[in-house]
Order: sequence, then C-alpha cells, then structure tokens
Amino acid sequence: MNAAAETGALARFQDAFADALRSPHAPSDTAIAALAEQPAFAVYRNTVMKGCIDALQANFPSVARLVGEEWFRAAARVHAAMALPDEPSLLRYGAAFPAFLATFEPAAGLPYLADVARLDRLWTEAHAAADAPALDRGALAGIDPGALGDAILHPHPAARWAWFPDAPIYTIWRRNREESADDSEIEWRAEGALLARPHDSVRWFALDAAGCRYLDACASGLPVAQAIDAALGAEADTNVVRLISALLDAGAFSRITHAPGHATPRSLP
Amino acid sequence: MTPTLTAGLGLKPPHYEEARACPAAGLWFEVHPENYLVDGGPRLAWLHAIRERHAVSLHGVALSLAADAPPDARHLGRLRALADRIEPALVSEHLAWSAWRGAYHPDLLPFPRTGEALARICANVSAAQDALGRRIAIENPSHYLRIDGHERGEIDFLAELSRRTGCGLLLDVNNVFVSAANLGFDAAGYVDAFPGEAVMEIHLAGHTPDPTLGEGLLVDSHDAPVCAAVWALYERLVARIGPRPTLLERDGNLPSFEDLLAERDRAHAVLAMPEALAA
Repeated sequence: MNAAAETGALARFQDAFADALRSPHAPSDTAIAALAEQPAFAVYRNTVMKGCIDALQANFPSVARLVGEEWFRAAARVHAAMALPDEPSLLRYGAAFPAFLATFEPAAGLPYLADVARLDRLWTEAHAAADAPALDRGALAGIDPGALGDAILHPHPAARWAWFPDAPIYTIWRRNREESADDSEIEWRAEGALLARPHDSVRWFALDAAGCRYLDACASGLPVAQAIDAALGAEADTNVVRLISALLDAGAFSRITHAPGHATPRSLP
Repeated sequence: MTPTLTAGLGLKPPHYEEARACPAAGLWFEVHPENYLVDGGPRLAWLHAIRERHAVSLHGVALSLAADAPPDARHLGRLRALADRIEPALVSEHLAWSAWRGAYHPDLLPFPRTGEALARICANVSAAQDALGRRIAIENPSHYLRIDGHERGEIDFLAELSRRTGCGLLLDVNNVFVSAANLGFDAAGYVDAFPGEAVMEIHLAGHTPDPTLGEGLLVDSHDAPVCAAVWALYERLVARIGPRPTLLERDGNLPSFEDLLAERDRAHAVLAMPEALAA
C-alpha cells in the first residue's frame, strides 16, 4: 500500500470499521460510531465471528466432539477474537489453534487437548496436500538389495506423522474422529500416528516411535540405511522389514531415488 | 458446441454424487473457489469429476475488491491456477471488502460509494481480470446499514465500474429484495434500472428475518427457499433483459438434492420462456 492509500478516506473507513467489528467499545471515529450504533451492525459482527467459529469447528472436529459443541464454540470465539484468519481460505484457518488450546486456562484440566487438535490439523494438511501415486511394496522389488541402503524413500506429499510421548493421543483422537461409541478405558501410554492418502481419502494408522523416527529421517533426505539406524535408535528390537512394508502399505512414500555421493552400501537386515 | 447454461445450483459436498450424475438440461454448478484452493486431494478430485459432466462457475467471496489495497497476489495466483484447471464458465466476485491489513473477515463488508472508492475498485477489478486472464462479474451485495457519504447510487456505481473495466455484473435478486427492505427503497425499481446488457449471471436465494430484530431486518441467510416476491422480481428481470445463467444459492438447512433441483427447475422454466413472461 502506498502512502496515499494509507491516508485516503476509504482506508480510514476500513480501519475504523474493522476495529469496530472486533471491539465492543464505541468507535472513536464518529462516522463509524454512527454505523456501529445501528442494530444492523451486529449482523456484520455476528457473521464474521460465526464464519470463524464454523471454520474452526469444521477444521477441528475431534476436539469439538471431545469437549462438546458449546464448550468448543466458546473457546473458538476466544481464539477468533485474538486471531482472525490471515488468509481467505478458511479450510486452512486454525494453524495457531492447537497452541492456543495449550495455554487456554479453561482447558487446563484437559492437557491432551492441544495434541488432539494437532492431529486434526495434520488431517487437514493431509487432506489438502498435492496428489502423487503412492509407492507400493513392488517399488522395492526391482532394487538390488545391496543398493537399497543407499536409496532414499521420499515421504508422500500427504503423509503426516507425529509422536506423542506423554499421552495416548492417537487413541483419543481416533475415537473422536471416528465418532466411536467405544468408551472403554484407554491405556495411558505414549503413542504416535501416521496420516496418509494411499488412494483418495485420508487414512490413519498407529505408528510407534521407531516408525516416527524412520519417517523423520526420510523427510530429512537420509538414505534407507541411516533411517533404519534412526528407527533402531528409538526401539532396538524393531523389525525394520515389517516397518517399511507397513509404511509402504499405508501410502507413506511417493518416490524412491538413489542417494548422491558415497554412502556405505548396506542391505536390509 | 457448448450447451447453453440455464439454471444452476450451488454445489454442496453432501450432494457431490447426485450432482455429478444429474442429467438435467442446462444444469451447471457454482462453487466458492476458496474451498478448493488446495494442492490436491479429494475435494479437487470431486470438482474435476463434476466438471467432466457439467459447466462450473467460480464465485469468489474473498478477493476483497473494495478494500483500499490491491488484491492479494498470492490469492489471485491460486485462483488463476484453479481457473486454469477447471476452465470455469463464469468467474464472479462481490462489490465488497473482507481482507484488510492482513486480517480476513469472513463477510462481505460495505463502504461509502465515493469517487475515490470507484477509482480504487476499478483498479482492483482490472488487476483481478488481468491476473485471472478472464472477464469477471461483480455482484451487488446485501445491505444492512445506512451509510452516510455515498456519492453514487449502487446501480450507477456498478454501471460505471463495468464501463471502465469491461467487467460484467452479477445481479443477485434476493440481495436487492433484502437491501430494499432494510434500507427502504423500491426493489422493482432497482431491478428495472439495472444495466441488463452487462448482466452475466443472476443469483436467487432465500433470506430470513434477523433472530432478534425480526422483519425489520432481513438477513441474506441462504438457508430457506426463494420467496414468492423474489421469484416475481426474477420473472420481471428475465422478461426485460432475456435469459441469463441463473444460480440458486443454498448454504444452510440444506434440503435433499431432489428438492433443490425442483426449485432450480422453476428458474429453468422461467429462462425457457421469457417471451411468455413479457406478454
């Protein structure tokens, strides 16, 4: 924006109008104050807020089911008042919502809520990510076993994973995402999750610490041999053949390339 | 040869399969492109599947063309990419603002129709048309507030915008009805004075009285069938300017696809015989 636009009457109107939408106090701008006094001004306030809250509810359905709609919409209203969307596609709104929940005082009794929100967020990312064919087990069949350690498996654009060391976030998230009637007691333990789009829609899978480390290594561009080391570093008794097969079946990878340079050849154990 | 578009429906995810399969003559679908600005995945796949069978229109709500700032270049780039993928029959936006200084307000906000605003909006519409490589249609919004400081009436403003930029216009008949009720002007007079040659598309929708203010304030809620008075205005418009692609918008209290199609068929019938209406 240039200086002329900054000082124009239209810019001043929009500054004052936007302030009045957010603030319940009488605007200092007299023209805007006259607008905000009209009962109809509430239509704009309500529409803006409802648009934000509806978007958050659509983007965080597991959180909404977990806490109930009334609690969720009250929390979403607080968040929206602090952080309006910063871009026009509301399906991406809520990047800061998990961090907000982590510090939201009324959620203090639900310490797992922010991580459940993080999984909802990963679902949105997986849902909207670029298309690519997923590698299947056959992709490895043509590779000389001696060269496999040097190959790099590239995570699929839609693959998202996370490890939660403090709580069974995946089980809590999944029960709510799937609207499961299962209310049996949940074993309190660390859990991880993989979300991917092996075909069309987003699917989800439990993932152990070794699997998360393995995918972290792949995402860093490390070859298979070093990714295996990372997985074994997390859980020494990992069956890496079974792990890699499961990841391929889940659609976690889209490409396989050969590492540049001179990594030590190593075959799968 | 491209089949003539008659009456279309807003596309809703619960209706994807029925929408795709529906063989009704002249049927087309409209979407808010903001819901499809993704890199890939099932949403885009569905839109492509529907586009294989039907014409699709992109009806934007977020370009914020009436903001005193150029339209967001990144957003325009994404819209262009979507338009190139979908090859829409129509692209439209609103005479309103929503994005301002980095914050997006999910609504269509009003402004005083001044000469300064007209110059800015002309520049923004031209920038949008250049970036999209397409002529776009600009829609009259619903009004709720009495704003001092208008230098031009809305029709005059839109006509001049069209003349200066070459853009088309989208006449939302329900918005005219709602605004006329809220601000106290004559809806039929507005429809009669609207520059028909610039109209690329017509919108029809339902409205509801404000939950607290009642009939004194109508809200363009898109959650009810089109009312009889709006149908009458629509028939009056089509009788005067001839048939134009007409879209039934429905966002809330979503009925079955079959019920929506029946409402759409009524508009289709009006478009099929404008001469009979004029007689």
